Amino acid sequence: MQLLMFCVLGFGAVVSALNMVTNRKPVSAAMSLIVTMLCLAGLYVLLDAHLIAALQIIVYAGAIMVLFLFVIMLLNVQEKEGRLAGSAILLQFVAVVVVGLLFLSMVNVDKIDGSLFAFGDVVSQFGTTKAVGKMLFTEFLLPFEIASVLLLAAIVGAVILAKRRIDDSGPSENHSRS
Amino acid sequence: MVSLNAYLMLGAVLFSIGAVGVFTQRNALIIYMCIELMLNAVNLTIIAFSRFLNNMDGHVFVFMIMTVAAAEAAVGLAIIISLFRNKATVNVDDLNLSKG
Repeated sequence: MQLLMFCVLGFGAVVSALNMVTNRKPVSAAMSLIVTMLCLAGLYVLLDAHLIAALQIIVYAGAIMVLFLFVIMLLNVQEKEGRLAGSAILLQFVAVVVVGLLFLSMVNVDKIDGSLFAFGDVVSQFGTTKAVGKMLFTEFLLPFEIASVLLLAAIVGAVILAKRRIDDSGPSENHSRS
Repeated sequence: MVSLNAYLMLGAVLFSIGAVGVFTQRNALIIYMCIELMLNAVNLTIIAFSRFLNNMDGHVFVFMIMTVAAAEAAVGLAIIISLFRNKATVNVDDLNLSKG
C-alpha cells in the first residue's frame, strides 16, 4: 500500500514537473506546479511529517502559488515572451542531465552491503504539531525569531520595490525617496 | 516498504527537472517557479533523511526553508513587477540592464 502510494504520488510529481518545465504559458505552468506540490504533500504524509504536509499545502500551494497567479494575471504577459532559449540550450541541457545522473549515482552508492536503506520504526509523536512546535519554541527559538524579522524585511522590501518607478520618476518623487 | 534511496532518487530527479527549467525557460515567472520546485526537492530530501534518522531537526529546517521561500517569492515577484513597468517584458534575454 505504501509502495503504491509512493509510486502514484512520485509519478504525479515528476509528470507535472515536466509539464511545468516544458510549458510556455505561465498560468499552465503554475497549475502544474500546484499539482507537484500537492503530490509532495502526500509524500510528506507517507514520511510521517504531518505538520510539514499541512504547511506545504497551506503555504506553498495556497499562499505562494496564489501570489504567483496574482502577478501573472496582473502583468498580462504576451504569449510570444514565453519562448524557449535558442542557441546554447543543448549544451546546458546535456550538462544538467549529466549532473542529474551524477546525483542518481550518488544515491545508488548509498548502500550497506548492497542492500538499500530501509526506514526503521517511528518514534511516538514523530512529526506532530505538538512535537515540532515544542522544538521550535525551545531549541530553535532564536532562528524562529530571526525568521519573523526576515519576513518583516521581505514585506517592507516588496512594498518598496513594487511601488517605485525608476524611469519616469519626477524630481519631487526622487526628493522624497532619498 | 519504500526505501530511503527511492525518496532520495525522487528528490534528485525533481531537482534536475527544476535545474533544466531554469536553463531552458526564458520567462522570468516560470524561472521563479522552477526555483521553487528545486527548493521543494531539497525539502523532500531533508524530510526523508529526518524520517530515516528518527530525528525531527529536519522538520525545523524545512520550516525555515519555507519561510525563506515565501520571502524570496514576495521580493522576487515585486522585482519582476517593477521590471515589467520599466521594460514591459519578462523575457530574461531582454533584461540586460546590468550588463557592463
